[in-house]
Amino acid sequence: MERTYRTAPQYNKFACIPSIPRRISTREKRRVRLDADKLEARGEPLIPPIEASASEPAFDESELVAKARTGDARAFSELVHKYERKIYRLARHITNSDEDAEDVLQEAFLKAYEHLDRFQGNSKFYTWIVRIAVNEALMKLRKRKSDRTVSLDEPPTEGVEDPVVREIAVWEGNPEQRYSQDELRTILDSAIQNLKPAFRTVFLLRDVDELSTEETAEALGLSIPAVKSRLLRARLELRERLTRLFKKKGDDVFAYL
Amino acid sequence: MLTCKDFLRELNDYLDSTTDVELRKQLEHHVNECPNCWVIFDTSKKTINVYQGMEPKAIPQPVHDRLMAALERRMASKSG
Ligand SMILES: [Zn+2]
Repeated sequence: MERTYRTAPQYNKFACIPSIPRRISTREKRRVRLDADKLEARGEPLIPPIEASASEPAFDESELVAKARTGDARAFSELVHKYERKIYRLARHITNSDEDAEDVLQEAFLKAYEHLDRFQGNSKFYTWIVRIAVNEALMKLRKRKSDRTVSLDEPPTEGVEDPVVREIAVWEGNPEQRYSQDELRTILDSAIQNLKPAFRTVFLLRDVDELSTEETAEALGLSIPAVKSRLLRARLELRERLTRLFKKKGDDVFAYL
Repeated sequence: MLTCKDFLRELNDYLDSTTDVELRKQLEHHVNECPNCWVIFDTSKKTINVYQGMEPKAIPQPVHDRLMAALERRMASKSG
């Protein structure tokens, strides 16, 4: 069950604080609100939102993880509820099998529970569980295919060849309007399944789950340049496939140059 | 002057808005002058957007139930 946060307007409390120049993410905003609620409950003065920093793990979550580490089953269940959908989706995309994805989901959370004492509080719980889930998923792939080439290690050609761009054409309208939700999901899923696991996984974490480059590198045990070059390849390959389907017929840029 | 190859190399950072101001200006200039790179940039952006707009499918109830049951079994064996 999603926790709901109190959203009563509190702008009057911040009226004396000058506007903040930088953009604040929704995550930060929510944490500020939580901090404010907590302080308010304790009767302490409110701290202006300028204190918030994107590099710190979310306040509510580190408390939840700390509780789970002391053996609080309810706290751990809350973490499960929060991330099971994303982990299941990731596992399905990597393994391309409902059955394997379910195994990965269970193994990942069971292992996380077993080894919670090894979790370092300075990284995000989600990054950590993603790392466990990715390892489990790759093990599944290796077992199923008995294929030793399935790996997140650097593909030998990486960085050598330039990414390929062949289709240069604008899209016909908006895919979200041209296709039903189910049709579009099928198209997007099959495009992603055609990428190699090494590229697919980076794309999923960076662009679908919206982890940062650093978090993705940490979750996959990759260097930052490796994450960046894989992401570019993945984005361009998907762009290529989708453009083949979505382009305006006969409207390639080359056609009128 | 940036070439198309330069543009493609910087495309990721341009899409993520993580370039410095000077490079960003040069990239913007190139994308406005070069129809090919404009199309590549536009369709790459749309590719990312269409994936981000896709709601994660709800986890099937039996899958969720079996996960919770497996966890409960493990928790029980750990504490008892
Ligand atoms: Zn160009």
